[in-house]
Amino acid sequence: MSALLEVRSVTAGYGDFQALFDVSLEVEEGELLALVGANGAGKSTILRTMTGTLSPMTGSVWFDGEDVTSLGDDARARRGISLVPEGRRMFPSLTIEENLRVGAATRRTGPWDLDAVFDMIPLLRDRRRRPAATLSGGEQQAVAIGRALMGNPRVLLMDEVSLGLAPVVVEQIYESLPSIRAGGITVVLVEQDLSRSFAVADEMACILEGRVALRGPVKSLTRDEVTAAYFGTSTEGAS
Amino acid sequence: MNWVNAILQGVMLGGIFAIAASGLSLVYGVMRIANLAHGDLMVLGGYVAAMSAISYGVPVVITIPVSMVVLGVVGWLVQRMVLDRALRLEEMTPILVTFGLSVIIPNVLVELFTNNSKPLSIGSLGTASLDLGGGLTVGWFPLITFVLAVVVLSALHVFLRRTQSGRILRATSDDPSTVRLMGVDSRRVYATATVIAFATVALAGTLYTMKQGGITPFEGRLTVLFAFEAVIIGGLGSVWGTLIGGITLGVAQAVGAEISPDLPLLVGHLVFLTVLAVRPQGILGRSSLA
Repeated sequence: MSALLEVRSVTAGYGDFQALFDVSLEVEEGELLALVGANGAGKSTILRTMTGTLSPMTGSVWFDGEDVTSLGDDARARRGISLVPEGRRMFPSLTIEENLRVGAATRRTGPWDLDAVFDMIPLLRDRRRRPAATLSGGEQQAVAIGRALMGNPRVLLMDEVSLGLAPVVVEQIYESLPSIRAGGITVVLVEQDLSRSFAVADEMACILEGRVALRGPVKSLTRDEVTAAYFGTSTEGAS
Repeated sequence: MNWVNAILQGVMLGGIFAIAASGLSLVYGVMRIANLAHGDLMVLGGYVAAMSAISYGVPVVITIPVSMVVLGVVGWLVQRMVLDRALRLEEMTPILVTFGLSVIIPNVLVELFTNNSKPLSIGSLGTASLDLGGGLTVGWFPLITFVLAVVVLSALHVFLRRTQSGRILRATSDDPSTVRLMGVDSRRVYATATVIAFATVALAGTLYTMKQGGITPFEGRLTVLFAFEAVIIGGLGSVWGTLIGGITLGVAQAVGAEISPDLPLLVGHLVFLTVLAVRPQGILGRSSLA
């Protein structure tokens, strides 16, 4: 098996601040990889190097056996890498339906269209004409996921989808994961909640201070191991 | 009846302002560029129309699409060769670039065509008018320009609301970096906005040239001001706002002219300043593109 999406020895950062140190990760096709770690560990930065929003200082990003490091985020989206961004990033002046339709701008074909999204998240069907700005956080999150699916991605990157949402809403979002994965979509999930990650992931990587502290199939990892990696057992400094 | 007539003339005049203002609003909404060269592009559009009629014998009606197509192509080139690069630099760079264009365009026009007015005559249509009864008359040409303005703005509205390209333009106005994550090349969105803006300002410029009977190189200095005022009065980013803004400014100028021939510009500016002071978000007050 070769990885569908892979980051190889990536170092990356913002200006003088280095966020990632020699990070290597790969996701197999159809797999769900959970990235866990504390705030500021570098999980979102890893997603940004995957989407192409952030160019790595060194290292490379591979997608479907091809080096995509030099491709911009729009080109990568057209190849099938979709992000559900942190903070949801609605287009506030567009309606729900229009938000979803813009998601189809990748011009990729596949199982996901307006009806498929409405079937998965029925509450959006009734509110399709409402401006996205008037929605609750949970509804916005549902639109953000639907919008990413409208692009018919091969890999769906989900950044902190449960952040700031009520537990019952988070539950509903996680309930939609199986139907998303049923279509064969590979998922990379950034999540701070360890039990959720354990419940849904095939593979887990624990990020600590810009490095991969622990990585393996969920079945072979224990909670204690992950917790130790989550908080860091050694006192090595970053940078 | 003079006052009602003046208001009616103002409404008709507002049509040209509205067409000119719509492109300014679109470019600002999508790229956050205040195009200082917009008035000079309007004049350039007028020159293309006038010169195509003078030098190549293009029928006067056909000068409208000729000018729109030529300016549309110019817009695409300017976007790809100049503005795309400027957008990658500092925040102030694009506006300085448009300022540069606003200096270059009229001076090149003087070099090529002198300072003398280049005529574009619409013949008897310029003076023909429609008697509405009760002492009210409206010129055929102002009426046509006003109808054209409504048609153009309606088309723009439908384009922004009903097509995928239009939705992407509006989404880009909201959040360009997220639109890229949907696989959209920003440069293509920007080029679309600029081509529409250049083509519509060419239409405004051609109609303006027909209305004045001719065009001179430096008239853009004043028309850009009208376009900006129309946008601000109506509400930035709103298609119908530009029409309302254009009409408001047109009526203010026409009423001013009715009081005294010296007054139209002053009254127009005063109305603009009043709106800015009382309702800075504009009459329709939308900051998003729609």
